[in-house]
Amino acid sequence: MKLLLIGNQNVGKSALFSRLTGVNVTISNYPGTTVELKQGKLKFDKKTAEIVDIPGTYTLESTSKAEDVAVEMLEKGDVVINVVDATNLERNLYLTLQLLERNIPVIVALNLWDRAVRKGIRIKVKKLERMLGVPVVPTVAVTGEGIKELVSRIGDAKAHRQKRGEDERWIEIGRIIKKTEKIVRRKESLLERLGDASVRPLSGIPIAVAVVFVAFSMIRLIGENLIAHVFDPLFNAYSPLANGLSGLLGPGFIRDILIGKLIGGEIDYVQSMGLLTTGFYVPIAMVLPYIFAFYLILSFLEDSGYLPRLATLMDNLMHRMGMHGLSVVPMLLSLGCNVPGALATRILETRRQRFIAATLMAVSVPCMAQIAMVIGLVGSYGPEGLGIVFGSLFVVWVVLGLVLNKFMKGESPEIFIEIPPYQIPYWNSLLKKLWMRMKGFLREAIPYVLLGVLIINILYASGIISLIGEATAPLVVNVLSLPKEAVGALVIGFLRKDVAIGMLLPFGLSLKQLIIASVVLTMYFPCVATFMVLFRELGIKDLAKSAGIMIFMAFLVGGILNLIL
Amino acid sequence: MMSLAEMKVGKKAEIKAMGGGMSLQRRLSPLNIRIGKRIRKIASQPLRGPVVIEVDGRRITLGRGMAMKVMVEVIE
Repeated sequence: MKLLLIGNQNVGKSALFSRLTGVNVTISNYPGTTVELKQGKLKFDKKTAEIVDIPGTYTLESTSKAEDVAVEMLEKGDVVINVVDATNLERNLYLTLQLLERNIPVIVALNLWDRAVRKGIRIKVKKLERMLGVPVVPTVAVTGEGIKELVSRIGDAKAHRQKRGEDERWIEIGRIIKKTEKIVRRKESLLERLGDASVRPLSGIPIAVAVVFVAFSMIRLIGENLIAHVFDPLFNAYSPLANGLSGLLGPGFIRDILIGKLIGGEIDYVQSMGLLTTGFYVPIAMVLPYIFAFYLILSFLEDSGYLPRLATLMDNLMHRMGMHGLSVVPMLLSLGCNVPGALATRILETRRQRFIAATLMAVSVPCMAQIAMVIGLVGSYGPEGLGIVFGSLFVVWVVLGLVLNKFMKGESPEIFIEIPPYQIPYWNSLLKKLWMRMKGFLREAIPYVLLGVLIINILYASGIISLIGEATAPLVVNVLSLPKEAVGALVIGFLRKDVAIGMLLPFGLSLKQLIIASVVLTMYFPCVATFMVLFRELGIKDLAKSAGIMIFMAFLVGGILNLIL
Repeated sequence: MMSLAEMKVGKKAEIKAMGGGMSLQRRLSPLNIRIGKRIRKIASQPLRGPVVIEVDGRRITLGRGMAMKVMVEVIE
């Protein structure tokens, strides 16, 4: 049996999904489209049913890809659980009535029931049930209230198949509301008024600056502490084992591959470049702590309801850059990792917007793995270097966006989003999301880092790196003022950018060279994982265009930095 | 009558008409932005940025172009 979870955005659908399913949740793409579906399992009536969480939608009439998918999924499901926001019954019933016109049994979960009660909204549930002709169960997904009853009544779900036009639907809704809902209006809460301050430009922009500043300070604080107190001690404990193995193996090719070069007779976890040393140290002890900190803070911002407000404030700039405000979501995500960022460009409506967003992201948004390494390397000279690296990338992001918008054909649609009330994130679904993102990182990163380290060793041992170095020397040495050995880092950067930045350490680069190398490594090309996603999302032609822009911009900006620094 | 874009922040109004044909109505109406509804303007971003309105306690951001096509009568 297949249950479909359908409802408006911001009605607590994810929380309900978390409640109904266990830990085994998978995310997949709806075949042939770019819309994401979450799937899980629910045990009920001694059977196991599959639950599909369908992206939030307001209507079944096609106005976006997500709605098309919702309509197609209706054909494949057995029962719809329509999640309805009890605090906003009138609007939510529009989708409910549309669902009742279809040939599929429906049961309504009247969610956020507690909030409706607090707000002084009274709903006569039995009466609503009779008027709709399907089961209606009040629920509070975050506490689990009503979930048992909801599950036990899935069998009572009914289909109606009565057709209505748009106006008839609203008339019917008016009739239902009049008979079932009573609103004892109360004053707006402090949280709601605070919410409005964050979308008014005069107060909203300072709030946004403060939020971003606090968010990144927290990420740094958590990341640094995890490294200092958890991961570095862990690798210190591991050192005797690695040293023992190193002594056992003795000099030779096998030790070079597994342990790497010894620096002053010791293993250096960053510079040695062995599979069992650098191969594990970089992803686990240097990058993972920041990835964890980043996704924790980002998930918190997402679930608290702040991002749509940031999208509203940023819309003006984003619109001039050929996207709209909602693109802050893929951009922020790609600060964690460009892969989910590139996938999230799907929330934009047109191909043109998605191309611009994906290109800007690949060119000028460094992922957390890279940021962590840049902080480690450039940051050791003090904050000015970091300012120049991230400042240049930001300027490129804005300027390239303005230019692309000016010269690309077509227009970009406008922003149209709901701003949910602020809320305290529901920890259960927040932690689940965090865990899935961490799992995704570990699965992607560790194999690629190990492969990257292996290839570095092979390329150096076979002399291929020096050949490429000679061939590209004019560009790398003259335009960028980098030593020609650094070209190895550009080659490996295609595999993993964090490893590539780590490779720069043994060259003894000056601060200026480190800045240029960090900026160029970010811009010149995406890593292979992002490259594959972009290939899938954009197609070969647009990817080629996008890649051309990246390479051109990387050397242009690297060259300019070389001239002015 | 004036458009959502022209109306002052903080004022309440009733939606009277919608330009832009059926396609705009089909997009706005599922979010309960339709003729006869009362709304309040919450914010307006500078330099022709988007407008934020409140309908039944819900805040919705819509682009300036859309806002210019929604005609309202100010109540208070």
